[in-house]
Amino acid sequence: MKELVVISGKGGTGKTSLVAAFASLAENMVLCDADVDAADLHLIMNPDVRKRFDFQGGHKAIIKKDRCTQCNLCRELCRWNAIDEDFLVDPIQCEGCGVCCYFCPEKAIDFPLNTCGEWFISDTRFGPMVHARLGIAEENSGKLVTLVRREAKNLAETKNLGLILTDGAPGVGCPVIASIGGANAVLVVTEPTVSGIHDMERVVQLADFFKIRAVVCVNKYDLNPVKSREVEEYAGQKGIGFLGRIPFDPIFTKAMVQGRNIFEYDSRSEVCDAVRQIWEKVNQKILS
Amino acid sequence: MIISIASGKGGTGKTTVATNLAVSIGSNVQLLDCDVEEPNSHLFIRPVFEHTETITTPVPEVDESKCTLCGKCGEICQFKAIVVIGNTVLPFEELCHSCGGCMRVCPVGAIKEKGRVLGIIQKGRRNGLEFINGTLRISEAMSPPLIRKVRSFSRQGAVTIIDAPPGTSCPVITSMKGADFVLLVTEPTPFGLHDLQLAVGAVRILGIPCGLVINRSDMGDDKVSKYAAQESIPIMMEIPFDRAIAEAYSRGELIVERMPEWRERFIGLYRRIKDIADNKE
Repeated sequence: MKELVVISGKGGTGKTSLVAAFASLAENMVLCDADVDAADLHLIMNPDVRKRFDFQGGHKAIIKKDRCTQCNLCRELCRWNAIDEDFLVDPIQCEGCGVCCYFCPEKAIDFPLNTCGEWFISDTRFGPMVHARLGIAEENSGKLVTLVRREAKNLAETKNLGLILTDGAPGVGCPVIASIGGANAVLVVTEPTVSGIHDMERVVQLADFFKIRAVVCVNKYDLNPVKSREVEEYAGQKGIGFLGRIPFDPIFTKAMVQGRNIFEYDSRSEVCDAVRQIWEKVNQKILS
Repeated sequence: MIISIASGKGGTGKTTVATNLAVSIGSNVQLLDCDVEEPNSHLFIRPVFEHTETITTPVPEVDESKCTLCGKCGEICQFKAIVVIGNTVLPFEELCHSCGGCMRVCPVGAIKEKGRVLGIIQKGRRNGLEFINGTLRISEAMSPPLIRKVRSFSRQGAVTIIDAPPGTSCPVITSMKGADFVLLVTEPTPFGLHDLQLAVGAVRILGIPCGLVINRSDMGDDKVSKYAAQESIPIMMEIPFDRAIAEAYSRGELIVERMPEWRERFIGLYRRIKDIADNKE
């Protein structure tokens, strides 16, 4: 079984639209949305949720007023300033470290598991999909990403499907690190802008650090052909595969508004040809 | 006054709005780039950097000659960042959240703290504008402590503009908390709307007034405008798709420099933010 993770560094370069388009080209595949913080793939996939599970990612401290003697030790120990003068814990500030609970001389602090999201196994018109929803302002996105990927793998094994196509998060931090570990390759979707190139370089360094193969493609290439060539040159210098260019086309937006991917919207368009060529290279270089 | 520029969805134009706003509104202004995973504001501001500082977070260092392998450190740690296995104690510093619990619980004082590098902070200027950004070290997972460090440069009495990371989880909350106003930049598409709704949820948890900038306002549908009306969120500015703007952005140019007529619009945007934050609207 192989897993391809689509990431970008910079947000809004077209990761999710591209994953949705690949879904029309790939066979025997499980879709996995690992951007649990701002998950969007379901807006095109319109998944039929089969199973729903709570995600408990950590603990939060709660001070029991009736037992608290206001000795102030918890406030001195808390490095997140999460406990106010009235000995109320701010759940947003609380890191879930449990230090206050451990040392409270009155045993006045509860430390229950916190349900901070949910995850789903669904059916879509392209095959099964595993996705999730992290609660707003919650932590532990990395843990939820790891869980969603593990479940996608289990599902692929059970159903004897050979490919997991994973939509990753922007950035280079916790959720992205959790998205890429153990994948066969990452496809970095960038754009021909100073920001796109800057962020692509950082995410390629991240893949390199974790010894995961990276390949690159550039979206909206014709907005700045000079910068597009810089992307190609960078890929050449780094010895990573450059898989192709996709032209700027409002079709991506028009298709999204209808809840469809670009192939469902207009399979004969120029962007579809470009995406087909990139997918062929993914097949040749990574999946075969 | 602190104005945080956030979005939910990535790539909607946070950095464009933050940088153009910061250079348009005059003196005593700071721009803090809190998108430490992928900082981009400096590419447009092109500040002269005067100061670079390495930022660390405390993680345990064990003196094995004192350690009795009692295992209390592993018991208190919620993040599996220190464990006793056989005859040795193993700290996994990259998993450590720096709570200090292991150091305090150790009965023989065998644990001290050393620093794990989170990244760097850079400080610079562009004419009158004070610029600070943070850059997360590649392979470092935890951005909030570095974001807090960038925010610590916020000066009382200045107008502080924060370029926040995308999303709605801890890094974004860290970039919005304590702001006087959150400006949410979105695009009128299903992805833009969906992530905007999450971002509005986060802003409401924090109880901060907010307004919208709709970027590429003519590409997509009218559902974002309808949502804004329904939720009584003011639309503060609309930026239509303009190939000239997209191309200028691609080269790292500010809109207000390429198209000076935009400067007045950003000044107007600031005035309106100020009125709302001061409760005049």
